[in-house]
Order: sequence, then C-alpha cells, then structure tokens
Amino acid sequence: MRPAVVEIDKLWSVFHEAGRHVVIHQDLDLRIEAGELVSIVGGSGSGKTVLLRQMLGLAVPARGSVKVLGETAASMGREGAASRVGMLFQHGALFSAFSVIDNIAFALRELKTLPLDLIMDVAMVKLRMVGLDPSAAHKMPADLSGGMIKRAALARALIMDPPLLLLDEPTAGLDPGSADEFCALLQSLHQELGLTVVMVTHDLDTLLELSTRIAVVADRHIVASGSAAEVMAQPHPFIKEFFLGERGRRASALLDAPLRPPASLFADTET
Amino acid sequence: MPDALPTLTLQTAPDGAPRLVLGGSWSAARLAEPTAWNRISQGLADLANRAALTWDLRAITRLDHTGAQLLWNTWGHQWPAQLQWQPGQRAMLQRVARFTTPAVQPARRTFWQLFLRLGELLWLLWDHLVGLLALTGQLLLDVVALLRAPRRGPWRDVSGHLFRIGARALPVTALVGFTIGVVLAYLMSRQLRLFGADTFIVNILGLSIIRELGPMLAAILIAGRSGSAITAQIGVMRVTEELDAMRVMGIARGYRLVLPRAMAMAIAMPLISVWTTLAALLGGMLAADVVLGVTPAYFFATLPRAVAISNLWLALGKSVVFGLLIALIGCHYGLRVKPNTESLGQGTTASVVTAITVVLLVDAVFAVVFRNLGL
Repeated sequence: MRPAVVEIDKLWSVFHEAGRHVVIHQDLDLRIEAGELVSIVGGSGSGKTVLLRQMLGLAVPARGSVKVLGETAASMGREGAASRVGMLFQHGALFSAFSVIDNIAFALRELKTLPLDLIMDVAMVKLRMVGLDPSAAHKMPADLSGGMIKRAALARALIMDPPLLLLDEPTAGLDPGSADEFCALLQSLHQELGLTVVMVTHDLDTLLELSTRIAVVADRHIVASGSAAEVMAQPHPFIKEFFLGERGRRASALLDAPLRPPASLFADTET
Repeated sequence: MPDALPTLTLQTAPDGAPRLVLGGSWSAARLAEPTAWNRISQGLADLANRAALTWDLRAITRLDHTGAQLLWNTWGHQWPAQLQWQPGQRAMLQRVARFTTPAVQPARRTFWQLFLRLGELLWLLWDHLVGLLALTGQLLLDVVALLRAPRRGPWRDVSGHLFRIGARALPVTALVGFTIGVVLAYLMSRQLRLFGADTFIVNILGLSIIRELGPMLAAILIAGRSGSAITAQIGVMRVTEELDAMRVMGIARGYRLVLPRAMAMAIAMPLISVWTTLAALLGGMLAADVVLGVTPAYFFATLPRAVAISNLWLALGKSVVFGLLIALIGCHYGLRVKPNTESLGQGTTASVVTAITVVLLVDAVFAVVFRNLGL
C-alpha cells in the first residue's frame, strides 16, 4: 500500500445557516494515496468543494479528522502551507494587483531569504512549465484570457513544489479546445512531477480522461469509489443519473478504456 | 517528518580529485531557512570558480525546482563535467535547464510615453466633466418625466434609499457632531477666557456650527458612508452584468438608478445636516456650561440673537446641493466601473475622494457668493 497523502476519518461538516444546522458530511471516510488522481463528483450542494476546503484547512471539521500528509490543519498551522498543498481555485483567484510573474513568485518572495533573481528564474520556469509564453510574465490578470488565468494560477499553486495539488473545477469556463489542452497539461504534470491530485469536476470528459479513481459524494458521504466501471456499477440513483443519463451516454462509450495508472511515486527523488 | 536541512561538503577522493557531496533536502522551504541559506550560498559562491569538481547529488533526499534552479545557476547554465545523480534528479534538472529563460524586463517608460500619459489624463478629466454634465442633464429630464407622471415614479426605491442614507446615518453623525462640538467649545473657551469674552462663545459656536461645520461634517460623513456605497452598488451591478440586463429589458438606468438615489440624497442631506448641527450645538453647550459656566438657559436665550436665521436657510440650501453632488458623483463613478473587481475598488476610492473634494470646493464657492448674508 502506498503512503496516504489525505486521510479523512469519520468527518462531519456542519454549517450554521439562519439558526439552523445544516449537515454537509456525515461520517465521511476517504483515503487518498500518493500518486493518485482522484476526482470527486456529486450533485450541486453535495459538499464537494467543502471537502476540498476541509483538506486545505479553510473549513473546520465538526467531528472526525482530516489529515493531509499525516497532520491535521490545526496541528500544522498555516506556516509553509504552500510547500504542502497547492490549490487551483475555480476562477484562478490571481491577485489582481500583481502581474503574472509576481503572482507566481509570491510564496517564494514571502520567505524573505532567497535572492530575487533566483526567485524570478524559478517563477519563469514554472511559467513555461504550464505552457505560458515568457511575454505573459508582466501582464496583469485582468488582461489574460480564461485559459491563461488557469495556467498562471496553476503555476502559482506549484511554485513551492507541493506534493498535493487540489483542483476545483479545472476546466469550468474554458472552451472545449482549451479544456482539452488544460487536461493534457494536468495529465503531464501529474506524471512528471509525481503529484497527488484531488479534483472536483462536473465535466465528464475531464473526469474520465484524467482520473485514476473516482469518488462519488452523495447522501453526505462517499457512496462509491473506484474506477469508472466500478463506480457505474453501483445502483445509487445519483450515479445512474450522472453517468447513465442523457449526459452519460458518451461516457459509457469510453467505459471500455481503462483508467490511467497512478503517477510514479516521488519521481524526483527515486533511488 | 521535517526534511533535513541542505548540506554541502567538500571531500577529496582517494585519487586526490576534489569532490562536492550535496545532501539533505534541497527544496524551497528548507533552502529558505536563514541559517541554511547563508551556509549554502556562501559555500556555492566559494566554489563557483573551481573547475574539475565532481558534483555528487546522490545523497540529496529531495530536490525541487528551486534547488535545481540554484544548482543550474551556480553551474552557469551548463552541465558540469563530472556529475553523479539519481534518475529523478536528472528529470528535474533537465526540466529546469530546458525552461530557464532570461527574465523579461518590464518595458521602461520613456519621456514621450509620460508626455502621452499627461494627455491621456487631460482627456480623462474632460471625459469625467462631460460624463457628469450628461448625468446632470439626464437627471433634469428624469425629474421632468417624474413630475409629468408622478404615479409611475420609483417611490419604493426612493424610500429605501432614504432609509439607508438618512435613518441609518443618524447615530454616527450625532456622535461625530457631538464630539466636535465639545472639543471646539472647550478649546475656544480657554482662549476667550483670556480676554474675558466668555459670553461670545455662543456667537462663535452658533455661527461656525450652524453655517459651516454642521453641513460640512454631515456632507463629508455621508460622502464616505453613502457615496461609496452608491458607487459600490452600481459598480457591482456592472461586474455582474445586471446593468446590461436592465438595458436589454429597455429599463432606463438614469430613471431607475440615478434618480431615486439623487432624490433620496437631496432630501436626506439637509435633514442629516440639521441633525448634526443640533448634536454639535448640544456638545458645545454642555462643554461651555462645564468650562465657562455659561448656562444652557443663557445659551438658548442668546443663540437666536447671535445667529441670524438666514444662516440656517443657507446651510439647508448648501446641504441640498452637497447631497445632489455626492449622489451624482457616486453614480457617475459607479456607472464607469469596468467589469472587473480591481476597477470596482478604484472606482469606489475615486468616488469618495472626488465627492469630498468637490464638497469642499463648492462650500468655498458658497462662502464667497453669500459673504454678505446673515453675518
């Protein structure tokens, strides 16, 4: 068994809304191993994004525990967070006051030790790794297209080489061509860098193309987890509707194709 | 498990050749620890000129892009002659070598560009003036339309804005007015006592507060509080495409957005101004009683004789103008917001600064024009 990167144990997430308690997750268990690319799917309001926020420490478990790289968010604190987890937010969340290169370099600069020319070199490498042109370095986020924003945000998430990358709707808002390119980029980065990736998506194409495992959130916990074929074999109504409804027809055509293998472990320090 | 700090050791191989053994974690987080960085950067700088070194990277537990970039830069962007590494490190270093790009410098501003920028700024100023004038003209047309068909007016909006701009601002304006009144009376009474002119406190306080400070304080507070809110509301409608949606439905934004706000402001502003004046007078009266022994009864008896009633009418008239200006400037900047969040922040700031500046300027104009009234 590979080492676990994310361990969620009997998680309860509760929101307080207008004096009511809304239970989002109830006794949810999930274990994600190093090198996996796990997609989390579920209906609107099923708490997929909340699950990502729990892994990031942006939401606090009401009960149970969420461990990332063996530690809970509370025990880790926020210091050095960028070197543990990278997050690609749905709309990029680039700092609008900074140019692209300053956005990417931000976490490294905040360390206040490394010299600026080294930081800029590393930031330029990341910029090109995500397929952006060097001339984009000094553009402001407001001047970028949707696909470029996602790429710049991805470079920013990867600046400290975190072993875990979280993606919230990575292809939302992109046209099909850009979405395919972005998928290919994510796939190659997952392989090359040996990343563990957790992704929330509604896009069936992305889901089937990228995932090494699919986890379905419904009824406040994980109702199915495994390859596309395994998940689709479950009789849960949400799964039927999601995969085998009108939208899912294309998906079933792809069903014969096996999912990709997980990325090789620690590709950068292999002995 | 925290990784070990990066290390750098110079050894001599059995055959006498120098050999550099790197160990520990060469990752951004570890390299950036001040002690480690000082040691490593010093060590690398000392070695930079030595040729015929064997670089042994095999003991490194973790090499990330920052570490690889540091090595690549130390090697002067070429592979050293003698290098021992692991396969994973090889991929990392080769990727860094492939993607290293000379940093692109942002283009410098030339004098000509600065000159052009000046022209742009002048045109921008002109643009603002024309925009404000157009907004004012549209407001007049809308008022005419409203007077023709008062039953179709946006009265619900007006009462809503009246509540938010007026009623909600009562506590803060009262507090500010009261404290300013106390401070003013206290400071002046100390000076007046020197001349034995204690009773003139009523004249000075009454005139300055009723004629100038009351309307002024109220206008500045409302500009900060509601002028910014108007810009932000309309600006958010631009960002979320609500303005376009209104336009598509054929609803005039002047009539539905600007008119109700301007009307509410024109009604609320004089009322708030009177309210602030009263609070300031109350504070001044109490302070005068405590410091100088000028009783409230005397204060009340003297005030009407000391300050002509025309000052109050002037203050009310000014406040209506201030209110209209704040609303128009707020709407003007709100409608100019571009559909991104940065522009929204800039617009709100610009709106408040402009509104306060314009209020001060217009107040000076009033002071000059009505210099013979009520003094």
